Parts: sequence; structure tokens; C-alpha cells
Amino acid sequence: MTAEVGGRLPEAFLTPGNSSFADFLASYAPDLLPGRRTLPASDLADQVPHGTTIVAATFAGGVVMVGDRRATMGNIIAQRDIEKVFPADEYSCVGIAGSAGIAVEMVRLFQTELEHYEKFEGATLSLDGKANRLSALVRGNLSMAMQGLAMVPLFAGFDHDLNGGRIFSYDVTGGRYEEQAFHSVGSGSMFARGALKKLYREEMVATDCVTAVVQALYDAADDDSATGGPDLTRRIYPVVAIVTADGYRRMPDAEVGEVVDRIVAARMERPDGPPAPLT
Amino acid sequence: MSMPFYVSPEQQMRDRADYARKGIAKGRSAVAMQYADGILFVAENRSPALHKIAEIYDRIGFAAVGRYNQFENLRIAGVRLADTRGYSYDRRDVTGRALANAYAQTLGSIFSSPAELPVEVEILVAEVGSSADDDQIYRLTFDGSIADERGYAAMGGSADQVADYITEHYNEGISLSGALRLAVDALGHDGTEPRRLEPDQIEVAVLDRTRTQQRKFKRITGQALARLLAESAPAAPEPSEAPAAPADEAPTEGGGAAEAPAQVPPAAEESAAAPADGSRATPAEDDVPVAPPEEPDDRPL
Repeated sequence: MTAEVGGRLPEAFLTPGNSSFADFLASYAPDLLPGRRTLPASDLADQVPHGTTIVAATFAGGVVMVGDRRATMGNIIAQRDIEKVFPADEYSCVGIAGSAGIAVEMVRLFQTELEHYEKFEGATLSLDGKANRLSALVRGNLSMAMQGLAMVPLFAGFDHDLNGGRIFSYDVTGGRYEEQAFHSVGSGSMFARGALKKLYREEMVATDCVTAVVQALYDAADDDSATGGPDLTRRIYPVVAIVTADGYRRMPDAEVGEVVDRIVAARMERPDGPPAPLT
Repeated sequence: MSMPFYVSPEQQMRDRADYARKGIAKGRSAVAMQYADGILFVAENRSPALHKIAEIYDRIGFAAVGRYNQFENLRIAGVRLADTRGYSYDRRDVTGRALANAYAQTLGSIFSSPAELPVEVEILVAEVGSSADDDQIYRLTFDGSIADERGYAAMGGSADQVADYITEHYNEGISLSGALRLAVDALGHDGTEPRRLEPDQIEVAVLDRTRTQQRKFKRITGQALARLLAESAPAAPEPSEAPAAPADEAPTEGGGAAEAPAQVPPAAEESAAAPADGSRATPAEDDVPVAPPEEPDDRPL
């Protein structure tokens, strides 16, 4: 890999090829790809850190994605301030659930892939194009998923053609599914989705959407041991990403803290969160 | 029995250099210039689609002149090198020096390999630092020689004339609009007659260290480019010219360009020396969206 430093550019660099960085790596340095390792045949699921719940929801003018900060290893909390929501490029973000080491590397590859395309072609991919590329990268990890090192991303971004936010979910085989309004992945996702069903309103503005999604994450942490709730003593809050026509923006911790404080104060009165009307 | 002609190595190298130089001399020039907040690239280029200036990585930009297919190939190689390094190490470990070195080695070994034709390109690799002192501009020629330039660098067909013009008028800490004006004027001084380049004839990009994003490279096109050029337009023609449009435009432009006193003397001088350019586009005309040139130009980029 480092042989080119100080020497002539290797032939592979000067060979005409396509605009995919992953394809280039596959031919030039396949060892650098996350899914290309052979593993001992055993279930590694409980021996490596796992990331858990990611929640995303669209609002008028964009999309919000929130991730909790906990990584678990079996019954152990492996890390309490892990970050699982990342910018993919200027107009999209990606959250990860599953084997953290592989997932974080996958995100780095995906970020490089999008940037590489942009520089190579002088144009950005469409949101569907980005979602499909991620699909191909996830599929490359299939053999490791079969041995317990599964990862599934949640991808969201602003679509300039449709002028709104969109959400895509994946399965370990690279299956790509567009989600309407909101979605969640990870171990606490079913609780989060249940909560969002009651809280979600299509006409919400960004700040309300953030509150709804953090509420859903709170509910997930309430019922799923692998999902971390807001850590009030350490001031560790969920990562909140907002993508609008103006681009990706991570909400500063101070602002997230205010949202969390309001939610926690309300839950002091009603621990199960806001009630929804019966009819 | 036939013997191949003996050609001395010196003669061989001279021939190869002449071949490359002739190719490059047919192309138009490009300039990289340090300004207060970063590095400016300007190239004369009539094509809005085939770029001579490009982004390589966060802080690294690339400009080239000569044969498009050859420098495009080198650009892609640079992007691959940078992305591979950034992915396998860290984004901060991608440096302009390493890239310039790789280009130099590549160009050098192609030039001295008898089996390959020398490439007809010249390249600028620039890296913007956290302060002007850390900025780097490397100029690479077809034979792999590499020059570490300070302040500015010019390359292409009439690089010497362009560089001379810049040397005469450049000063450190020049503003962006001042640098752009100087670069555009310099590119116009490539022959016996000074030419005036319009926004649709140039390609402009900056590595702007004040950008909050990780990627500092930004193209300046369309309206933004026209505005920036108008901001630093020579002020001299306004008293002689009667039209109302530039007259009411002028005071606001003057206010906007207050930060750019550095470029005023060359601009004034230039317009005094070439009164024939009174017919140039007024700022109002500059604001219309740029259209592609009517007849495609077949000269090398």
C-alpha cells in the first residue's frame, strides 16, 4: 500500500476505471475493504461492541436522524459515548446499528465513496444513487454478517429533485427499502417505532421533529437494555443530525441538552411520555 | 547490414523536451496565486464542462494545462492516491508534498522512458495551510522537475509573460477580488496585444482556508464570478463613459472593493494603457448568466 510514496504512481492509479472508490480498492488493495476478511468459524456476536438504536423521521423541509450513545458487548456496556450517526456527504447522513467496528469502517468507506465520485465525475450522485451504493457496500459484508458481525445502516438525506427528506433502510444482504415518514433500526427499534407511531405528525417543523425522535429514543432506552438513554450526570446526549436544503448539520450538545431537559422534566410527571389522543 | 542511427542521449532528451514543449505552448495558461485567505486558481478555459482546475482533497487543489486526456488521467490518479491514503490513514495525512512527489516521479519516469512519449502537460499542485505561511504551491513540468513556488505560479503556453506581469503587480496579502483581477489581467497579457477575458472564458476556483467545511476547495462560477470580477473592475472608464448603468453601479462597487486597495494601481494602469477596452462588458452585463461559446475551440485546453 505504501509502496507508491516517493515512487512512481502504480499502474492501477493511472488505469482508466469507473468512479467507484470501493471498486478501485477491490482491485488495488482489497485488504482495505471492511468485508474482505476470513474469520474463524464461530459466533463472534457477544465478543465485539455492538451499536444499537438509530431513529430517523422526515419533516417538512428535511429529515432528522438521532442515535443513542451506547455500545454493548453481551451484557457489558462497551462504550457510553460512541457516535453512530455520521454525515455521509453534505446532503445526507448515515446511522449504524450492529457490529460497531465494521459499521464505522463501512461508514468511512461510504463517505470516501461519495466524495470520490464527486471529484471523479464533477457532479454529485442523486439520493437514490447514494442509497444504491450503500446497498452494494452492505452486501459486501454478507459473509461476516453470517458469522455474527452483522451491521445495518439507516440512510437519510435531502433530495433536491423531490425537495424533501427521504429515509432508506437496509438488510444484511444489501436489500434497500425506502421508508415513509419515519423508521428505526437496532435492538430498540421496535419500541422507538411504536412511540413514533403515536408522536409523529407530518406537518411538524424541525424542532418538533427532533423532540419526537428523542422521545422515541427515550422509549427505546426505557425498554431495551442495549439502548442508552440520555446520560444526565455525564451530560452525554444522543447525536442529533438534521439534513435540509442547507445541508447537514449536527445539533450542538447544548441544544440537544435543552430538548432532553424538557423531555426528562415532563417524564418526571408522566414517566411513560406524552399521551396520544384515543381517537 | 543496417545500423540504427546513433542519437546521443543529450539530443534524445532535447528532442523529447521540444516535443512536449511544443504541445504545451499551444495551450492557454493557468495561474495559481496566494491571496489573504487562501489560494486562487484561474485558468483560461472556454469549456464549462472540461475542467483544468480540480479538487484533489480537503486542502489540495490541482490545475493543469496541455492535453486534456493526459492531465485528466493524472488528476484521477491523484484523487485515487489521496482518497486511498486518507481512507487507510487519516484525512490529515494526505499532503500536497506527497502528491507532488508522486506526480514528479511519474512524469519523470515517463519522460526518460524511451518506450513512452513524453506527456504534454504541466501541473500545479497547491495546498492551503492554516496560515499563509503554510501554503504550498508546486509547479511540475513534463520532465518531472518540480518547483516549490512562493506567492504565485504560472504555466502554459505563455507562462513567462504571465508570470512577469504578476511579478510586476503582485503583493502579499492581496484580497480575493484583487488577486482574481490580477490573474485575469495577467492571463490576458500573453501576447503582443493585451486581451480582456470575460467571465465565460475563465475557470476560477479557490482553496479557502476560512471555509468551515473540511473540504476547502470551492469553484467560483456564474453570478458569483461576475460579481467578484465587477468588484475589482478598473475604475478608470467611468468618467469617459456615459451609460447610466455603470454610473449608479460604481459607488456601491467602490464601497465593496474598499478592502482591495492593492489591486487598484495595476488595474488603473492597465485600463489607461488600453483605452480601446472601453467597450468591455459593464458590471450589469456581467451579471447575465454566462453562455457557452458559439464556436467550439479546437485548441488544446
